[in-house]
Amino acid sequence: MIDIPTVRKAFPIFQNQPELVYLDSAATSLKPQCVIDAVSGFYTDHTSNVHRGDYAIAAENDALYDGTRKVVASFIHCDPREVIFTHNATASLNQAAYGLRKFLKPGDVVLTTKAEHASNLLPWFAMQKECGIKVEYAPLDSQGRLTEEAFLSAMHDKVRIVALAQVTNVTGAEQPIKAIAKAAHAYGAYVVCDGAQSVPHMPVDVRDLDVDFLAFSAHKMCGPGGTGVLYGKKELLTQMDPLLYGGDMNARFSSDGTVILKEAPVRFEAGTPAIEGVIGMRAAIEFLQKIGMDNIHAYEKELRAYFLQRMQELNNIEIYNPDNAYGPVAFNAKGVFSQDAAGYLASRNIAVRSGNHCAKILHEVIGTDSTIRASLYFYNTKEEIDRCVAACSDISLENAIGIFF
Amino acid sequence: MNSMNHLLDDPMVLRELIMDHYQYPHHHGLTDDPSYRHVHMASDSCIDDITVQSKIVDGIVEDVRFDGVACTISTSSTSMMTDLMIGKTKEQAEAIVDEYFRMIDHKEYDPDVLEEAVAMKNVYKQANRIKCATIGWKAMKQMLEEGEGHE
Ligand SMILES: Cc1ncc(COP(=O)(O)O)c(C=O)c1O
Repeated sequence: MIDIPTVRKAFPIFQNQPELVYLDSAATSLKPQCVIDAVSGFYTDHTSNVHRGDYAIAAENDALYDGTRKVVASFIHCDPREVIFTHNATASLNQAAYGLRKFLKPGDVVLTTKAEHASNLLPWFAMQKECGIKVEYAPLDSQGRLTEEAFLSAMHDKVRIVALAQVTNVTGAEQPIKAIAKAAHAYGAYVVCDGAQSVPHMPVDVRDLDVDFLAFSAHKMCGPGGTGVLYGKKELLTQMDPLLYGGDMNARFSSDGTVILKEAPVRFEAGTPAIEGVIGMRAAIEFLQKIGMDNIHAYEKELRAYFLQRMQELNNIEIYNPDNAYGPVAFNAKGVFSQDAAGYLASRNIAVRSGNHCAKILHEVIGTDSTIRASLYFYNTKEEIDRCVAACSDISLENAIGIFF
Repeated sequence: MNSMNHLLDDPMVLRELIMDHYQYPHHHGLTDDPSYRHVHMASDSCIDDITVQSKIVDGIVEDVRFDGVACTISTSSTSMMTDLMIGKTKEQAEAIVDEYFRMIDHKEYDPDVLEEAVAMKNVYKQANRIKCATIGWKAMKQMLEEGEGHE
């Protein structure tokens, strides 16, 4: 059980914006005071670079920064040396894709779906051009969901990489990653999992899932911006090339161009990292662990079921993902363009997102160009949902235009 | 002040105008006629996707058309723009476009020049919608600047 009033007290924005109903956590989450303090403490009390200084504060930051690998490892169940700090899920996915180039030859296939976020499609699209590989899509049902059977029907010998989100970002479909990874490995393919929408919301165990890579962003899980994680299996990381070269990731180099790189994970962290971001992410993970990922998952499921049921009572609302047990509610008000409707909701202090949410080919599956996405996190309440539903019941073309007068 | 301008001060009327232009946009639908230039506005925002066509001959804007997927503000502001442009000289058209951008930027402007497009006068209050109110107008401005002929 989560004590919601206590949890909400940890988030200063609820005091500072008492009228705001924030239903856009799939875009980025709100930040608790402990994370804010961890970040600002780096500025006020212990500023330094990492892996470079010979003084006490620098040593403290080295311990905090590198120590965060252990915290992440305990969170997703891996070895700390398999935790690479990046700038966000996007950077993580790009690094994974770049590193896997070595294992690909022209004609090889990357299997994904049309529900994926741009960050898990465009890096592979780029490789179509540059490496002669081919991107293929496993079939989805009309609510954007992938089943194990549908995946297997699209799997074949030429598939070398399977690139899928554990939870997709528009419809919130949870994909059967564990079963898919098992099947993919039987074909000798690697599995790149986008955890941007799963890691913040549910317990994730990379050993149990047996994915080869997992990418996620700190900012969607109560952490700071500019910080993400790429988990990669050790035996793959040792063979992969870094996407970026520069300071800290090399051990030595000479004028003839010889470079000796450090071992993973530092090999993949060229340049000064977002140190305060990593320290803040650590505080975020510890905060989430204290509440308990199982509790978070269970509460969000309950909240989502309530939200869906209330929305289904409205005649003017069409919902695109009613059968998903979990994740955001994707909807439109009948006859009102998504952005107009979101503008009206904003006038009632309800923060949602409209558009295609970076999943620009999903419309081929769910049959609408753009949707409103209302996404939840464990700090949301039934009262907030009631306010959102009341505002949704008032969405009309007249009201959407009325906000300008 | 004539009665038309008076009406255009009434929020109810302006709201109706936006509704009308959204539900029944003017000069909607593209032509294959090769004498038209076109500008596809899709890179400014990830939602609105509008194409505007124009035919400018001997310094006169003979026709403007548009189509696309867009919100009320994008659609109605572009529809209003087509009404204002057609039949004007290039210079007149440019002056109207400038006046419109002054209004959108919340500067002094002449409402008489803008006619029904004054319905967009409050969009500046919603910063994220300024893109919507200007998407079609930016396309037109670009074509006016490029002048006649083909790209
Ligand atoms: C499923 C999914 N993948 C990747 C991303 C990209 O995350 P970021 O922008 O933090 O790199 C997002 C965030 O919008 C997402 O929802």
